[in-house]
Amino acid sequence: MATIPLEHSNREVPWRLPTRGMVAMTCLITAESSIFTIFVVAYLYYLGRDVQGPTPRQVLEVPIFYTVCLLSSSFFIWLAEHAIEHSKMTAFCLWWSITILLGLTFLFGTGMEWYKLIVHDHLTIRTNLFGTTYYSLVGLHASHVVVGLLLMCFTLIFAVSGGVGPQHAYRIKTLALYWHFVDAVWVVVFTVVYVVGR
Amino acid sequence: MGGESIPVGRGIEVGVERPARPTYLEVVHSWIVTVDHKKLGILYICNGLIFLLVAGVEAMMMRIQLFFPNNTFLSPFTYNRMFTMHGTTMVFLVGMPLLFGFGNYLVPLMIGARDMAFPRLNAFSFWISAFAGLLLYYSFIGGVGLSGTGSAPDVAWFAYAPLSERAFSPGHTVDYWTVSLLLSGIGSIGTAINILATVFCMRCKGMTLGKIPLLPWLYATLSFLILVAVSPLTACQMMLMVDRYLGGHFFDTQAGGSAILWAHFFWIFGHPEVYVLVLPAFAAANEIIPVFSRKAIFGYPAMVAASVGIGFISLGVWAHHMFTIGMTSFGNAFFTLSTMLVSIPTGIKTFNWLATMWGGKIRFELPMLFSIAFLFQWVIAGLTGIMLSVSAWNWQLHNSYFVVAHFHYVLVGAIVFMIFASFYYWYPKMTGRMLDDRLGKLHFWLMVIGFHMTFDVMHFPGLLGMPRQIYTYEPDRGWTLLNQIVTVGALIQAVAILIFVYNLVHSFFRGEEAGPDPWDAWTLEWATSSPPPAYNFAIDPEVASRRPLWDLKHPEDPDSAFE
Repeated sequence: MATIPLEHSNREVPWRLPTRGMVAMTCLITAESSIFTIFVVAYLYYLGRDVQGPTPRQVLEVPIFYTVCLLSSSFFIWLAEHAIEHSKMTAFCLWWSITILLGLTFLFGTGMEWYKLIVHDHLTIRTNLFGTTYYSLVGLHASHVVVGLLLMCFTLIFAVSGGVGPQHAYRIKTLALYWHFVDAVWVVVFTVVYVVGR
Repeated sequence: MGGESIPVGRGIEVGVERPARPTYLEVVHSWIVTVDHKKLGILYICNGLIFLLVAGVEAMMMRIQLFFPNNTFLSPFTYNRMFTMHGTTMVFLVGMPLLFGFGNYLVPLMIGARDMAFPRLNAFSFWISAFAGLLLYYSFIGGVGLSGTGSAPDVAWFAYAPLSERAFSPGHTVDYWTVSLLLSGIGSIGTAINILATVFCMRCKGMTLGKIPLLPWLYATLSFLILVAVSPLTACQMMLMVDRYLGGHFFDTQAGGSAILWAHFFWIFGHPEVYVLVLPAFAAANEIIPVFSRKAIFGYPAMVAASVGIGFISLGVWAHHMFTIGMTSFGNAFFTLSTMLVSIPTGIKTFNWLATMWGGKIRFELPMLFSIAFLFQWVIAGLTGIMLSVSAWNWQLHNSYFVVAHFHYVLVGAIVFMIFASFYYWYPKMTGRMLDDRLGKLHFWLMVIGFHMTFDVMHFPGLLGMPRQIYTYEPDRGWTLLNQIVTVGALIQAVAILIFVYNLVHSFFRGEEAGPDPWDAWTLEWATSSPPPAYNFAIDPEVASRRPLWDLKHPEDPDSAFE
């Protein structure tokens, strides 16, 4: 064995590791997914177990327009990612602003829906099991939308003032991954609350 | 060439001007604002040790109360608080900080990195979990609980609904408990994200997935478990807070809510949590047993596969805590079988450790003594675990002292023993000084005697029908002598732990100099000075095998030629 040299330094293979931002965001998404899973399970488990009304069928309306807004924002943020990777900062700011606007529209939709439920249908978080599970599940998602919008607004301010440039493309992609997750969760929440639950 | 880039204990301090001796205020300031993974690791460990003493005192108070039948040392209310705080503290404020402390300290060093992937997130996670601990203990001053009596949560560490609801626990004690667990959960998730990012993104050159030492591998596994298992705990604390503060009905049985759902959600967290706590013990055994057997670990790929396997299987066994809650026979059969399935990967690990020791030149130093005791005790704990996994047997013994004895066998016999082994093994690296061997031997033997007196004997009152969480018992039950032996054993363990803590302090000032590599070990943390400088490695290391220091010390017979 004494004749075997330490050869590993001679065969130079490029040493590449995944970027820590992407790995960390994937981990965060894993953790968030299990939080959402628990809330979704609670929602499904308590469907139809209320001792008093109103029930989902009586009061919920399907928010198709706002759902389209949120889901299409994923497409625009993808365009923004693409733009910043190719150093097109004007295009990036444009697509990024559209994403923010679509997110705000969705949030406005949730607000209007809650206003209707609370004022007209007298459904609050303490009314019955449906109220408790509905507001906490949809509210949990809405709070994630708020966090995403805050982060994107900061990014936009920095991008306009020149603090964010093409060299930050991978950070933008990390934030975009979070936004895609928020959209994907809405697909689940929408299916559970408005399709299965009604 | 690559191997030579690892500096073994020299070439670190060259040309560095030592600044003037800092004042005490500067030292304290540097510890509070630090983002260095080594300092944060030590902070985590100190935090864990302080709460270990506190929770130990709580355990002793319970044992004194149970020494005589109809004892009046503690009131029933105080007794409830003691077992609630003992359980919560030991899991969240002792187990988690100690495991994160060693992880923080060792993972970057073992993979040849200069720090964690996110140093500031690391500091945030530590301080928020330390704050969570203070918040839990503030309840002694600020809380009003069950039956309107003052101070500290009294709903047991699993806080079954609807007892934890506003109607049955008025006042703030359960709120302290909830918020504290929520915050420490956020800290745990932050650190888990950090460890995963560190292991996957910060490895030194040449350290492919198949060459990562087993400790970082197991920490990555348990971090994944934290992500998917601690998050449900966070979710159900949110639900409990919605119930308590906003008048929700998640666990409000009067409004159709389900108490069983809480039990499911809690144990979806609670059982994987046991594996989160035991995987660091395995991780330490994976490092210590080979070094003191003078052999490479037996079956490295099988060890990795078994650990990851334990991680996945442990996600599907939670309802074995709930056999008496009334599940379908299909549910009972499923969770019996899935629980038994865990014994396959754990069996693989046990046999691999034995095979590592087999034919080795075993050095009976303190870390190895504790590891051998761990192996014995882990096997016994596993066997009572299999007994309890049989649902029919479980119906008989559920919530009896047999269960208490079983899980303390795991938590103390396996985890605490391996934490002690880790202290004896890595203390020289952290402080630059060896722990005193004579005191250590005393600690070891007292600990072994005390442990077996307490927890071997504790199985029998359980078999005789003594339920857990009772503050006293009648003299005619035949439990008295057994309880007295258990209490004496607990006292011996307390003495052992005090000796250990004294040893930690004593050796910090008086211990003999360790040097960079006192155990003649093989992983990268021993390639730098003790304690390591802030930047860990003067030159980024480069590895070609799982035992880079073996390659360096034995260039005529390197591991890299065989792996």
